[in-house]
Amino acid sequence: MENIVEVQSLTKKFADFTAVDSISFNIKKGEIFGLLGPNGAGKSTTIRILTTLLRPTAGWARIAGFDVQKEADKVRERIGLVAEKIILYSHLTARENLEFFGRLFHLPKEKIAEQIAKWTERLKMTDWLDHEVGTFSTGMKQRINIARALLTEPEVLFLDEPTLGLDPQTTHLIRNFIKELKVQGKTIILTTHDMLEVEELCDRVAIIDHGKIAACDTVENLKKVVANKPNPNMEDVFLALTGKEIRDAAKKNNQGRRGHFGRPVNNRVR
Amino acid sequence: MLRIISDLWQITKKDLLEFSRDRLRLLTFIIMPIFMMLLVGFIFPNQNSLKNVPLGIANQDNGEFSQKLEQTFSELKLAENQQAFKIKKYADLEQLKEAIRKQEVSGALFIPALFSESIAQNKQAEVIVVEDQANPQIGQMVSQVLSKVVEGFGKGISTKKVSLLSKDPSLAEIIVTPIRAKIEGIVPGNPNYFEFVAPGIIAMIVMTAVLTGLAASIAREKEQGTLDGLLISPVNRLSIILGKAFSQAIRGLIQGAIVLLLAFVLFGVRVHGSYLLVISLLLLGIFSFVGLGILVSAIAAEQETATQLLFMFQFPMLFLSGVFFPILLMPPIMQKIAYAIPLTYAINALRKVMVLGAGFAAVKIEILVLLIFGAITLFISVPVFKRIITK
Repeated sequence: MENIVEVQSLTKKFADFTAVDSISFNIKKGEIFGLLGPNGAGKSTTIRILTTLLRPTAGWARIAGFDVQKEADKVRERIGLVAEKIILYSHLTARENLEFFGRLFHLPKEKIAEQIAKWTERLKMTDWLDHEVGTFSTGMKQRINIARALLTEPEVLFLDEPTLGLDPQTTHLIRNFIKELKVQGKTIILTTHDMLEVEELCDRVAIIDHGKIAACDTVENLKKVVANKPNPNMEDVFLALTGKEIRDAAKKNNQGRRGHFGRPVNNRVR
Repeated sequence: MLRIISDLWQITKKDLLEFSRDRLRLLTFIIMPIFMMLLVGFIFPNQNSLKNVPLGIANQDNGEFSQKLEQTFSELKLAENQQAFKIKKYADLEQLKEAIRKQEVSGALFIPALFSESIAQNKQAEVIVVEDQANPQIGQMVSQVLSKVVEGFGKGISTKKVSLLSKDPSLAEIIVTPIRAKIEGIVPGNPNYFEFVAPGIIAMIVMTAVLTGLAASIAREKEQGTLDGLLISPVNRLSIILGKAFSQAIRGLIQGAIVLLLAFVLFGVRVHGSYLLVISLLLLGIFSFVGLGILVSAIAAEQETATQLLFMFQFPMLFLSGVFFPILLMPPIMQKIAYAIPLTYAINALRKVMVLGAGFAAVKIEILVLLIFGAITLFISVPVFKRIITK
């Protein structure tokens, strides 16, 4: 199957700190690709580069054949982003939010209405369309946020910790929904710290640590890394590859301009 | 181009809708200009605002002239239907000074014994005006009024005396006052301090709304994460930043209109020039600040940083651009700084048009400066914004 995402020697430096260190990987069309790693490992920086929000220092990345830097608008038309922070205006209603973002992507009016009906029905938010987003629970906001990312029927959907802080019911709904999207042929790039989610959803996983890819393979193959334990789970794999040492901010601060949890201070990526 | 404009308008509309739903911001938006106007309009003193000012008089003379002088003060009206002074009587100079120390009165007049007699005997009489130095603005104003009234009163007496001496009594006034200065304004009516301040406040509110509002709005979206939603869409970055600037400009103009309306209704300010020119000048003022606003937005990652950065600009600008104090009264170096601030030109031009009824020709230099300043800052800031926003 064709590669819809191609990443080659991608590097991002912030002053003297290298957030992403010459990583390369490909993602096939229709795959759910897990991007895992400890806090501050470079996952979100990678996603921000792939979604055209950050410029790489070196290397290149292509989405659906378009260069993320040189053909940013073409890339933007083909991707959807559910970032860790919810991209919705709390003083607007769910419908106003979705209509606004639909218009930013230059969708025709009828198409926007059609898409809103389609996705909010599936995500069980139709009854809440005309309420201000600020009055919603986190789970409700996230469902509208996902609908927003899907308005343009993107070929590649980036999900940055989509179930973080949600109740088990909403988490269940969203995970099932992600599986449905895969069936529909969408490519999904998922970052999460929930190892059960990884085992349930991901076809292949890349584990990033200190800006480098520690491993990239299917869940089954990755489990073979753990030698000293019968029936290892993904958490065992993760700890085996990235170690048990906690990545605390104080230590990182001595290495360069980094903030809490090893995040670069000057670009506020998560 | 059409797409840039239509995208820009989408962002403007979204920003205004969002703003209209935020009750607290809406409330402060309306109250701020009202508050500022009332504050400035009612607090800053001018000659007309000497009303019922407590004045101490100690009259040790029993003659006709001192009685008349006292009467003149108690009947003096500087504003419509309002006595200028509320007279309090004291026995001597010491008591007057004590009254000022206790702040019972804001100025005092001591008429010594033999005052009337001296005048009658063609000697130079003397009164003492005691100034309240704890309150220089009111104190000096009261002293000025007192001295002027005393002088006028003296002139009346000398005119009478000269007319007795001269063969032609009609010459008396000419001899006493050989030159009379006739004051003529360009527009009818007496301008008050408020008319001086109103154009400044309008310009300042409109222009700083764009400067602070734009940076705060971008920083807020950065913090909330919604800016990513805008940046990930296939919309020109120019549309994003100008759309936001445009919504701030509309809000600024609404605030400016509130100020103008209040100035009109409460303080009788009249626009003597063309309204079209006033609005054009305000728009031009906004244009001149958009570039700076964009620069600050690009640099400041957080709302707090944006506010602090802008406060650094705004605070000196408030005092240096001649909103409250005439630039001519500033020390030379400060005047030079004042003329480096675009707000100064906007205010100067607005004042000319609003107060003096000037036309386009009289403000063309200001217009040129604002245009150039706006074009240069915009030319620098848009690429900087594009670059910084995706680092």
